[in-house]
Amino acid sequence: MIHSLFLINNAGDLFLEKHWKSVISRSVCDYFFEAREKAVEPDNVPPVIRTPHHYLINIYREKIFFVSVIQTEVPPLFVIEFLHRVAETFQDYFGECSETTIKDNVVIVYELLEEMLDNGFPLATESNILKELIRPPTILRSMVNTITGSSNVGETLPTGQLSNIPWRRAGVKYTNNEAYFDVVEEIDAILDKSGTTVFAEIQGVIDACVKLSGMPDLTLSFMNPRLLDDVSFHPCVRYKRWESERVISFIPPDGNFQLMSYHISAQNLVAIPIYVKQNISFFETGSSGRLDITVGPKQTMGKTVECLVVTVHMPKVVLSANLSATQGTYNYDPVTKILLWDIGKLNPQKLPNLKGSLSLQSGAPKPEENPSLNIDLKIQQLAISGLKVNRLDMYGEKYKPFKGVKYVTKAGKFQVRT
Amino acid sequence: MLSPWFLCRNEDLKEMLESNKESLKLEAMKRIVGLIAKGKNASELFPAVVKNVASKNIELKKLVYVYLVRYAEEQQDLALLSISTFQRALKDPNQLIRASALRVLSSIRVPIIVPIMMLAIKEAATDLSPYVRKTAAHAIQKLYSLDPDQKEHLIEVIEKLLKDKSTLVAGSVVMAFEEVCPDRIDLIHKNYRKLCNLLVDVEEWGQVVIIHMLTRYARTQFVSPWREDAVFDENSAKAFYDSEEERRVDQSKPYIMDPDHRLLLRNTKPLLQSRNTAVVMAVSQLYWHLAPKHELSIITKSLVRLLRSHREVQYIVLQNIATMSIQRKGMFEPFMKSFYVRSTDATHIKTLKLEILTNLANEANISTILREFQTYVKSQDKAFAAATIQAIGCCATNISEVTDTCLNGLVLLLSNRDETVVAESVVVIKKLLQTQPSQHSDIIKHMAKLFDNITVPMARASILWLMGEYCEHVPKIAPDVLRKMAKTFTDEEDIVKLQIVNLAAKLYLTNSKQTKLLTQYILNLGKYDQNYDIRDRTRFIRQLIVPNEKSGALSKYARRILMAPKPAPVLQSAFKDRDRFQLGTLSHTLNSQASGYLELSDWPAVAPDQSVRNVEVVEPVKETGAPALSKSKHFDAVSWPVCVSLQASSPVFVPETSHELLHRMTGKGLSAQYRFTRQPCIYGNSMVSLQLTLSNSTDQALENIHISEKSSTGQNIHRFNAIERLEPQASVTVSMGVDFNDSTQAANFQLCTKEDEFSVSIQPAVGELLLPITMSEADFTKEQGKLVGMNESSATITMTPENVSSQSVNRKVVSVANLGVIPSGQENIYRFSGKTVSSGSLVLVSVVLKDPDAVITINTEKTVMGSMLLRQVKTALTNSGP
Repeated sequence: MIHSLFLINNAGDLFLEKHWKSVISRSVCDYFFEAREKAVEPDNVPPVIRTPHHYLINIYREKIFFVSVIQTEVPPLFVIEFLHRVAETFQDYFGECSETTIKDNVVIVYELLEEMLDNGFPLATESNILKELIRPPTILRSMVNTITGSSNVGETLPTGQLSNIPWRRAGVKYTNNEAYFDVVEEIDAILDKSGTTVFAEIQGVIDACVKLSGMPDLTLSFMNPRLLDDVSFHPCVRYKRWESERVISFIPPDGNFQLMSYHISAQNLVAIPIYVKQNISFFETGSSGRLDITVGPKQTMGKTVECLVVTVHMPKVVLSANLSATQGTYNYDPVTKILLWDIGKLNPQKLPNLKGSLSLQSGAPKPEENPSLNIDLKIQQLAISGLKVNRLDMYGEKYKPFKGVKYVTKAGKFQVRT
Repeated sequence: MLSPWFLCRNEDLKEMLESNKESLKLEAMKRIVGLIAKGKNASELFPAVVKNVASKNIELKKLVYVYLVRYAEEQQDLALLSISTFQRALKDPNQLIRASALRVLSSIRVPIIVPIMMLAIKEAATDLSPYVRKTAAHAIQKLYSLDPDQKEHLIEVIEKLLKDKSTLVAGSVVMAFEEVCPDRIDLIHKNYRKLCNLLVDVEEWGQVVIIHMLTRYARTQFVSPWREDAVFDENSAKAFYDSEEERRVDQSKPYIMDPDHRLLLRNTKPLLQSRNTAVVMAVSQLYWHLAPKHELSIITKSLVRLLRSHREVQYIVLQNIATMSIQRKGMFEPFMKSFYVRSTDATHIKTLKLEILTNLANEANISTILREFQTYVKSQDKAFAAATIQAIGCCATNISEVTDTCLNGLVLLLSNRDETVVAESVVVIKKLLQTQPSQHSDIIKHMAKLFDNITVPMARASILWLMGEYCEHVPKIAPDVLRKMAKTFTDEEDIVKLQIVNLAAKLYLTNSKQTKLLTQYILNLGKYDQNYDIRDRTRFIRQLIVPNEKSGALSKYARRILMAPKPAPVLQSAFKDRDRFQLGTLSHTLNSQASGYLELSDWPAVAPDQSVRNVEVVEPVKETGAPALSKSKHFDAVSWPVCVSLQASSPVFVPETSHELLHRMTGKGLSAQYRFTRQPCIYGNSMVSLQLTLSNSTDQALENIHISEKSSTGQNIHRFNAIERLEPQASVTVSMGVDFNDSTQAANFQLCTKEDEFSVSIQPAVGELLLPITMSEADFTKEQGKLVGMNESSATITMTPENVSSQSVNRKVVSVANLGVIPSGQENIYRFSGKTVSSGSLVLVSVVLKDPDAVITINTEKTVMGSMLLRQVKTALTNSGP
């Protein structure tokens, strides 16, 4: 299936290659570079590129292109999903997935890639299994290893690999047994000029951090499970129980993982926490324009809106911005043409406002369209859909775990058209 | 090619590899792997690296493996040095080591070792550990790509592995099946239901492969559920197993879905909730290709959910949705807003969303869509704005109610400041006008007015074509446009020039009074143009329209040729014909057949025999031994290491033959058979493990079957737990252990039921009292040297010719005795080693071929056993036959 993998950075340097079958010359990447050049923006590179003898399937993540070489028919999503899994594994192992960390840990990267694929077919992709085969680097361990000469490579087959719960290793022990769940909801919305909602939906995930000894069997139930429109689960969740009882029953992996993701679609009324009053205009003459943005709270359920950021992708002709903000700081980058206004906490008594003039390239025609605003925000202690966890029960183990649930609402792809 | 700097670094690496310190070697290997990762050539170090292949340090060993797999193809001769290490590791008690040895051995692409690989795969395919069997399934594909001639043998292994019940193996073996013999659909029949039932528990990557394979399978085995008069009986599936014969799918009868077909649909449905996008897509395409149309809607939500995922995932999913939405608008219409474009989307995502929105447009929602499109037209991304205009054109042709609105909107865009937008609008207007030209002369007039400001060649050409085509609707303006064009002819682009010539010709035919001179002037300009296409066209047009003595019969028809009514172009989706490919495949994404694409067959008109999928309820005892262990699903993860530490080495061969313990006549209906599993006994280290199959051939249930406490011969017997009840005609398999004390004396005991007692005895063959062990060739010779004199017994025999090959010698010896095979460096010497079960004394067997004779030597402290074993090996090797 997957023949070879090349890692290429944003500048077009090929800095790592790995082959699972016969070696394929790196010149095959020339086709990729060609497409990359044509696309201008890295986001616009087509994920599937055809060359005379091979097919290149690539993903772009953390400023790195993961380019895989395929020779025969294969579901493209299979490869794409796997490449993302590789990137996630790197992130998991090294804290971040960047060119520097990959180069610094090239041996572990190679060992990981070797375990993850055999002859191009995924072998071990579960983080719990991989961590037993190849231990993640820590400063302490690398010190100990250099002194004692012991290695990072496990000698026995991971217990998970053979059982029917491959995501959990056997013999987990903690002195403090705890299970934390984060309900994170993101609002995807498009608001039009007048502030009416064109489209809105909520995407939620429940991230878990479970550190429990032994083989705990957990059941998580909601106050209002009917809210959830469409769900997808970690493989550990018993789908049958969800179907029949609307509870989430599972034996958790050890450590951090995403338990489920859900979707609350536009049909249900989605609360929009803020409103934006904006006026951006460009004058026919004088090569200038005016900008005036005010943000105010709308349906916040009594909570404070934090980390409020407004991003505007200005038209190419905007040279500079001379603005004044009543709250927070703003910054206009004339190279990327991005105006970033970092507001911070939203104070309902004194609404933040950004006002001033824009100067345009002289002689150029005024832009056709006003730029749209992208909003970023965060509301602690609130799941905007109203979803509430009812209780968490544990079976199979005797100790009493410490449990906690946290709610956060964020803006996802939240866009205001102007 | 190499820089001097690299050479000197190379030297120091070699030194490090040859040093005695593990840590230095490891450091060197780490640097070498770094070189490989960067794509630098490190092949010169091969001899130094390959020496470390047998290293005890597991990390060092792994890095050597990485190196070996990378360069073995280039250094075939040197690579062979490592083979014996792997062969030894294949017999290692640790399953991880066995598996990794097989992985590396099969990854070394050296054609000479094909037979060794074949042997190793066959052996690993019957390994006790499902993990090793999984590795074997992967190795099948590697061997196949190395030597396609092995196909037939490999298919045998695939067939065997397909029967495997472990979820670990299922995905890998189906992958091998797809690669090696995708056309052998007959191998799937018996495993179909098992695969369907296992599917949920298989790891996610295996699920994708299995689902794609089952989609193809189902299209050959079931009849189409897509008939109009279909009646869907959900409950039929439940009744299926009782009344199979009654159900016959018949053309005349209402459609009833084959229960196996339903089984597949039912068992894949939960996977729509998978976190793995490839699995969700695989299930979606399965439903698209196999499910009755009214059940399709369940995949919609899941597909829409995937749109939240990464950019690349969106791209593939949107493509598939685009294809689906052409055929079935209804599926995605409620989710229309999910396809609204954001300014931050990548261009190819935007275009795909546009495509889908266009496909979804109908009378009810067109106004919403058009309003949305208006926003897009203003986008800063001009390529996207142009695509939107095309989409508007599509909507206008598809939905006649809005054609006028769209046209007016497009005309407004003609005064847009951006070139590309104007050009695209002109092109689309041209296409739209062609469908109904008569009512739109004012639009043509408007375009003529704008003509001077439009510079994009394609747009100019389109307007000129419109002028010419409908010159009768604008009789005043057209000649004037031609006049202007005559002036600028030489500065125009080629496509524009061609259209000027075209316009001139058409005007000449309809309005020759006003345009005769202009036309001639333009034709003269064209005659001397630099481009030969234009010169050709000019010549052709002149001959066609200007009558002279040389012109043939054609000029009479000039008007009919040029002014013929032309069919309007059809504006249709680019995804119109993509449904010829299976959804979710690479071929579908590329819209052309990728190599290795397997076409979906059409539904058969009459369903093939459904009974081929029936499986006997009682599974035959598997020859791998210990069937309870191979069902890893019910097997607790924790108990594995225990089992592994006990076994010295896995048996090379496990005979299938079972011996009679109790005949059903003497046992009053209870019959018993036993066989030696050749596994280390889990009840005690000195016991021989036995498997007992008890069957009840009476018509009453037998109760409380057990072995009585008293043993007549004094052997230590581990009894099986009493069987409380054995139903009539049922059979049960239990395991027990007997300590034979290294003698072939029979073990006698009483097999009891609630009513009766039967005396039975087990007479072990001497070969079953052994357990295989592995050792190196050197150790073997050393040990053999210690066991001489009366501990040695040997015999010379004449071999039958068919026994001479290495495979048959090995097979013969291991079939009579449970011994391990020692990889031998010499071709004519075969060595086997084992230990006795009770006392653990070494038993060494060697067979030396001296054509045509062979010398068998057995060295062991247990001289009695030695001589008995010698006799048996002798008989085995002199007998011909399997």
